[in-house]
Amino acid sequence: MKKNHIVIITAALMTLVFVAGGYLYKSQQSQTQAELAKQNHEALIKPYSPRTGNPDARVTIVEFMDPACETCRAFYPLVKELIVEHKGRVNHVIRYAPLHEGSDQVLKILEAARKQGTYWPVLDLMFAAQPHWTSHHKAQPEVLWKYLEHYKFDVVRLKQDMNEPEIAKHIAQDLADAKQLGVSKTPSYFVNGKPLIKFGYEELRALIDAEIANAY
Amino acid sequence: MSEQTNNDSTTWALIFACWLIATISTLGSLFFSEIMDLIPCLLCWYQRIFMFPLAIILFIGLYPLDRKVVRYALPITMIGLFFTLYHCLLFFGFMPENLQPCSQGVSCKDANMVLFDFLPIPVLSLASFSAMTILLLISRARMYK
Repeated sequence: MKKNHIVIITAALMTLVFVAGGYLYKSQQSQTQAELAKQNHEALIKPYSPRTGNPDARVTIVEFMDPACETCRAFYPLVKELIVEHKGRVNHVIRYAPLHEGSDQVLKILEAARKQGTYWPVLDLMFAAQPHWTSHHKAQPEVLWKYLEHYKFDVVRLKQDMNEPEIAKHIAQDLADAKQLGVSKTPSYFVNGKPLIKFGYEELRALIDAEIANAY
Repeated sequence: MSEQTNNDSTTWALIFACWLIATISTLGSLFFSEIMDLIPCLLCWYQRIFMFPLAIILFIGLYPLDRKVVRYALPITMIGLFFTLYHCLLFFGFMPENLQPCSQGVSCKDANMVLFDFLPIPVLSLASFSAMTILLLISRARMYK
């Protein structure tokens, strides 16, 4: 029966190595991520980045997002609520990480809306109508235009403004900064420069609470 | 009698080695996808389909030893070998692009598939499936001797 013992002990050993290796890899990974955010601090926020909430707040959430991303859509109202809940202590900076096919076109529309002062309503509409203008993780701007038209946004001007070279430059800069910070998924959050390592609403909330406790 | 136990001992070692390869490959591929967040491509999935059950049925064949397990495991390793050969041909460009079935999702030729800059995952898969097939073929030859 010695052979049976060898089999069982080997199975147990391999499982142990897998679990320990996974744990080690994950903790090392979170360390390098935090390191990366620290070293590339200037890549987190750009002067042109859209911001909501109290500009003098001492806690800043930087979010790398893509309007075509479903999880970004799910988290958008939650982050809004968190900002309201923390009355003036937290603000929110939006950065772009267009990881879906066609979403760079959608971001150009969004940036064009900023020039008209309709950035946040257009972003709200994009998220609200997202299931209609995305299909199999692909953005379909032609469908989005119909929604913008229906809700009386100035589509003619949006179509003119979206092709300004400055807009494309900002989107490319955001994507470059995302790469530099190790952002490979959307949404990715940084609270006062600290990356959200384990993704989840409770985890984001806890990170914000910790930073508020630090800053106030 | 002693002839019989001796034979059993060698067969056990062959099946055990085969199970070790299957389990290490299974856990390794789970490590890539679940811990390192590498997304498996379509061909990777087919190879996983033929790799994961081997870790289980070879274990059952070892605990306690049932040499018949070779009969059930061998077809699985051979089909896995077929997929991994196809994947390697594709990965190293011996197969034209338009033949590849994985145009959607993760490309089967993705650069992410290279570990430590020199070891492509399809080559690892080729090594395990061919080693397992050879080991099982040897045990089979010994059984029907």
